Amino acid sequence: MNYFRKVSAIVWKDALSEMRTREIVFSVLVFALLVLVIFNFAFGADETAMNSIAPGILWVTFAFAGVLSLNRSFVQEKENGCFEALTLCPVGRDAIYVGKMLSSLVFMIIIEIITLPVYSFLFNLNVLSFEIIIITLLATIGFAAVGTLFSALAVNTRVREMVLPILFLPVVVPLLICAVNASGDALAGESWGDLFSWLMLIIAYDVVFVVASYLVFEHALEE
Amino acid sequence: MVTKAPALSDGPIISVKGLTRTFNDFLALRGIDIDIGAGEKVAVLGPNGAGKTTLLKVLSSAITSSSGEVTIRSTRLKDKDPEVRRYIGVVSHQTFLYQELTAYENFTFYCRMYDVSDREERIREIIDRIGMMPRLHDRVSNLSRGMQQRLSIGRALLHRPEILLLDEPDTGLDWHALSSLWDIINREDGINRTILFTTHNLSRACTLSNRVVIMNKGKIVHDIAGSGLDAGNIEEIYSRLTGGIE
Repeated sequence: MNYFRKVSAIVWKDALSEMRTREIVFSVLVFALLVLVIFNFAFGADETAMNSIAPGILWVTFAFAGVLSLNRSFVQEKENGCFEALTLCPVGRDAIYVGKMLSSLVFMIIIEIITLPVYSFLFNLNVLSFEIIIITLLATIGFAAVGTLFSALAVNTRVREMVLPILFLPVVVPLLICAVNASGDALAGESWGDLFSWLMLIIAYDVVFVVASYLVFEHALEE
Repeated sequence: MVTKAPALSDGPIISVKGLTRTFNDFLALRGIDIDIGAGEKVAVLGPNGAGKTTLLKVLSSAITSSSGEVTIRSTRLKDKDPEVRRYIGVVSHQTFLYQELTAYENFTFYCRMYDVSDREERIREIIDRIGMMPRLHDRVSNLSRGMQQRLSIGRALLHRPEILLLDEPDTGLDWHALSSLWDIINREDGINRTILFTTHNLSRACTLSNRVVIMNKGKIVHDIAGSGLDAGNIEEIYSRLTGGIE
């Protein structure tokens, strides 16, 4: 119970900070919507091309918006030594990881909840289906899990905005490939049975990388 | 020459043996040995780069040692650091405060992290003692550096730590403000705190401490306690061992 109280304290603090500054959700949301509008203008006229690349557009938008969001997550902690203060609290590094990961997950889900209807409207696709919601949720868990780890690694570097995508995107590519394919199948009206293999791969990625990131996080914090 | 402080009758609350810490190829701490008894007020002096901040960071478990052993309340720091941290309060160069949150929200967060049971009363008690009650609900970013430093000291006291590690606590504070805060730090809650603080001010070190440690190039070069704490005397020793006053 004590462990979860501390995790929830970190999430509460991040949510409160975000409500004050709106740094993450607002700026990332603007970016995501701009990307969708640009892709819509680029491919809008060609319906065949649009249908085949639409899942890719969705996940490119989520991926880059996610990187922006993750970049900010630890920068706020770094200011005024707050991250050092966190590590001085009587709490395991794993609790800090879980707290920060859940915060990132919540912010990314909020961005996705707002982005998906806009995507649906611009690309004339019904993405508000149960299948797409499950795929998005599962892929976002893996994305946030790995992203939180790499974000903590990158924050100690001078060019953190560049380091994070360079380190993080290659690791998350398998997840994005699965998410794009699963979303494509779901948008094409395939059954759960057809989606099953992609969903299993996403779940396997989530399990492996949540556990690995949880275990490795302590070492990532060492100077 | 290293003058050893008197032996500790009750056993040390902090014990450091053969402590080294390297940053890449740079040896920041070179075999530090020191025992600090409960209730001691120890001033750590030394020129820039002497290793004062690194020593405090290792003792607070913010960074690990490269070799050697640190024991806090008979527990090896490497074994159970999350629990040991409960006994330690830290004031650093940085305020450790979230700028976009209010003083109250910052304190609430840290109370939750340190499992302070009487949270509301404790926050009001500390805020009142450091004289920040009128600014309780102001965002930290709207407060002056001195006010933020007061909050920073208050934050370190929230969980009633037995040991306080203060890295240049006088940053942004005038002498009067520091003296009044020092009184709070010393006597608050009736705990006879063990305090280890770094400073560049020799006379302040002699006034506030009952033991002075001088560091140079990652080593303790002098350790004096009790009757030897005279500012003129310390200044002479400091100049001789470190090459001058900054």
